[in-house]
Amino acid sequence: MDLRYTPDEIAFRDDLRTFFKTQIPAEIRRKVSEGRKLSREDIVTTQRVLHAHGMATPNWPLEWGGKDWSPVQRYIFSEEIQACAVPQPLSFNVNMVGPVIATFGSQAQKERFLPSTATLDIWWAQGFSEPGAGSDLASLKTTAKLEGDEYVVNGQKTWTTLGQYADWIFCLVRTDPAAKKQQGISFLLIDMKTPGITIRPIITIDGGHEVNEVFFDDVRVPAENLVGQVNKGWDYAKFLLSNERIGIARIGLTKERLARVKRLAQETPAGEGMVWDDPDFRRRLAWSEIELKALEITQMRVVAAQRTKASDKPDPSSSILKIKGSEIQQQATQLLVDVAGPYAMPRPDREEEGLNLPSVGPEWADAAAPLFFNYRKVSIYGGSNEIQRNIIAKAFLGL
Amino acid sequence: MDFDLTDEQRMLSESVNRLLTHAYGDFEHRKGYRAAPRGFADANWQALAEMGLLGLPFDEADGGFGGGPVETMIVMEAFGRGLVLEPFLATVVLAGGLLRRAGSEAQREAILPSVVEGSMVLAFAHQERQARHDLHDVATAARRDGADWVLDGAKGVVLAGDSADRIIVSARTSGARRDREGISLFLLDPATPGVTRRGYATQDGLRAAELVLEGARVPADALLGHEGQALPLIELVVDEANAALCAEALGAMDVLRDLTVDYLKQRQQFGQAIGNFQALQHRAADMLVATEQARSMAMYAAMMVQSGDAAARRTALSAAKALVAKLADQLGKDAIQLHGGIAMTEEYKAGHYFKRLTMIGTLFGDVDHHLRVVVAAGGLPEAV
Ligand SMILES: Cc1cc2nc3c(=O)[nH]c(=O)nc-3n(C[C@H](O)[C@H](O)[C@H](O)COP(=O)(O)OP(=O)(O)OC[C@H]3O[C@@H](n4cnc5c(N)ncnc54)[C@H](O)[C@@H]3O)c2cc1C
Repeated sequence: MDLRYTPDEIAFRDDLRTFFKTQIPAEIRRKVSEGRKLSREDIVTTQRVLHAHGMATPNWPLEWGGKDWSPVQRYIFSEEIQACAVPQPLSFNVNMVGPVIATFGSQAQKERFLPSTATLDIWWAQGFSEPGAGSDLASLKTTAKLEGDEYVVNGQKTWTTLGQYADWIFCLVRTDPAAKKQQGISFLLIDMKTPGITIRPIITIDGGHEVNEVFFDDVRVPAENLVGQVNKGWDYAKFLLSNERIGIARIGLTKERLARVKRLAQETPAGEGMVWDDPDFRRRLAWSEIELKALEITQMRVVAAQRTKASDKPDPSSSILKIKGSEIQQQATQLLVDVAGPYAMPRPDREEEGLNLPSVGPEWADAAAPLFFNYRKVSIYGGSNEIQRNIIAKAFLGL
Repeated sequence: MDFDLTDEQRMLSESVNRLLTHAYGDFEHRKGYRAAPRGFADANWQALAEMGLLGLPFDEADGGFGGGPVETMIVMEAFGRGLVLEPFLATVVLAGGLLRRAGSEAQREAILPSVVEGSMVLAFAHQERQARHDLHDVATAARRDGADWVLDGAKGVVLAGDSADRIIVSARTSGARRDREGISLFLLDPATPGVTRRGYATQDGLRAAELVLEGARVPADALLGHEGQALPLIELVVDEANAALCAEALGAMDVLRDLTVDYLKQRQQFGQAIGNFQALQHRAADMLVATEQARSMAMYAAMMVQSGDAAARRTALSAAKALVAKLADQLGKDAIQLHGGIAMTEEYKAGHYFKRLTMIGTLFGDVDHHLRVVVAAGGLPEAV
């Protein structure tokens, strides 16, 4: 047993670190670090830099621009990109639809979509959830009816993250209304410019616009945009969700955030000294760091197990990573609210006041509470933490 | 032992709740109020005045209602339920609490009647950037110049500070920044030259302001109470504010719990109401436990804030605020989680309650601060 990286792995990590810190604009990395909203351009710019260096899609098959990295190297990449506060390549493109097309798509689909998916010339959105189908995703109702060589799509998707930027959306649609739940679902690629699609913003409690409702009203989609086999979409969706496993705990990012919390606590005055001098605060921060360390080692164990054997046994690890990872991410955002103290309260309306006004409190403070509010989402999406516990209890513990 | 309200208190509760059902029953109205110039509804403020609430704790001689902490608790709990925007806490509890006790007859007469009739909003500017939660940490200075006082310094996160017609400012008339002695209070007209304020919305949809004082000159009769002796009074009034906030949090927690439970009964997933899942039932049950614990602490706060033993009072109020804030934090997070995505939307009520509860948790001392006070006191006071 040795929890340390080999010299080669350390060299690999150091190269990545230098690359991230020198090639990705500092202003973008600062926004990630502060948990501020990234613009579409920030995300596109970053992904193109990564792509130019062959690093946008390391997990894809080699022939489509992947890397023949070991599981440990993939893990190092995922951690290091987060720890350097670099926006990760758009997950919908790189972790979700890309691998599905590369694995189950036709040759024509691969050639048509994969290159522009890698460069972000196509921005994808994920159209899975519906108002009535959240945790119970398989109860989705959006239908796609084959008419000649087109599917006619009707229904509604919701919570569509960054759908306002999307060129295309990959959807789970019901192609066999008679079949039971999971069985009649297909995986369909839809151009957002198709007539009959309406998109409406959902404003979240932090005041941001990152999710949307998408309505489909007799939307005609060429049948050739169906991925794989008809009515097999649920299998592809499961494949897609399992691909999210590495990195879902966002340990690198949380590490970076906790380090920042510590730094800011050291420079935020609190009566006689600094926030950092408060033992209660330090105790809580220490607990977060300790839990994060345990989770980091858990994650490394998962990576190491991938290297040695591929097992079909039910495995609780992705649920553990999701539950603890989301909880610690949320703790980190709350610690920052604690550091801000009374200056977590101001929410200056920059539009009303003019964008050039300075922030009310310390420069970082007015973003603290919105991030804390926004991060309630991480224990809801991607399979809620209650659903993850059900998975552990049922599939793993046999209860 | 008697936890029952008197007939008069029950009537007060009923009429406040009736008013709020009218003004805040439709959640959309709140959005409209927030967009008004002062960030709340003039009509609501007037309605509170007509009910006599804006003079609630003032002596009858000052045109008030003569109410005590229990009456304030009743009103604030209702305000918590409605997520009320009107600056009752700033005007009546904080600034009003200082003025009614420290004000000379002339000062009270000049201001309290206008407050009672709803034509004046007040604010209390005490918080300073470096002080965080230490009430005795005051750097803002007041020096005598002839018959006047000249104020210099900066105050932050002054609740209702942008709409206040008069602001009570704390400033040091002697001693060093962290001395307990030497803090005085001044009545300030914000139109005074040398005063600038920057108003802004707060995360919970209320309003506050930053106040900068640069050679702001006020007359001798602006001094409120005894020179250099203001700290004990400030501590008392902040304790009263925390008692009021405990009650407000309780009202908000009650609503948020009910909202969550209703949603658990309605929302269908996997072919049934999600309230059928025992994992969620237990969380909802814990929400009930939390609100009842909070209710007990809000009562404790209302009782102990009247204690003549200042040290016991301070410890008890810190105990109440620490627990209520801790319970409110957990309940708020659970409410969002049990709803799922819907509660992440600005359009839905739950998030607004969660945000207000979060901010109540940082106002006038966070959980760490208040726990520290209790620990430093060696635990709770014995009386009750
Ligand atoms: C910010 C944000 C971004 C999102 N982005 C996307 C996106 O881009 N694309 C997309 O398709 N979807 C997206 N989602 C949707 C997300 O996947 C769903 O919110 C999630 O699946 C939960 O569904 P729901 O919100 O309908 O909650 P519900 O499923 O209604 O759940 C409500 C509560 O019930 C609990 N619950 C449900 N079933 C059980 C059970 N069997 N046992 C115990 N507890 C249970 C849940 O854990 C939760 O606490 C996003 C959501 C959010 C909040």
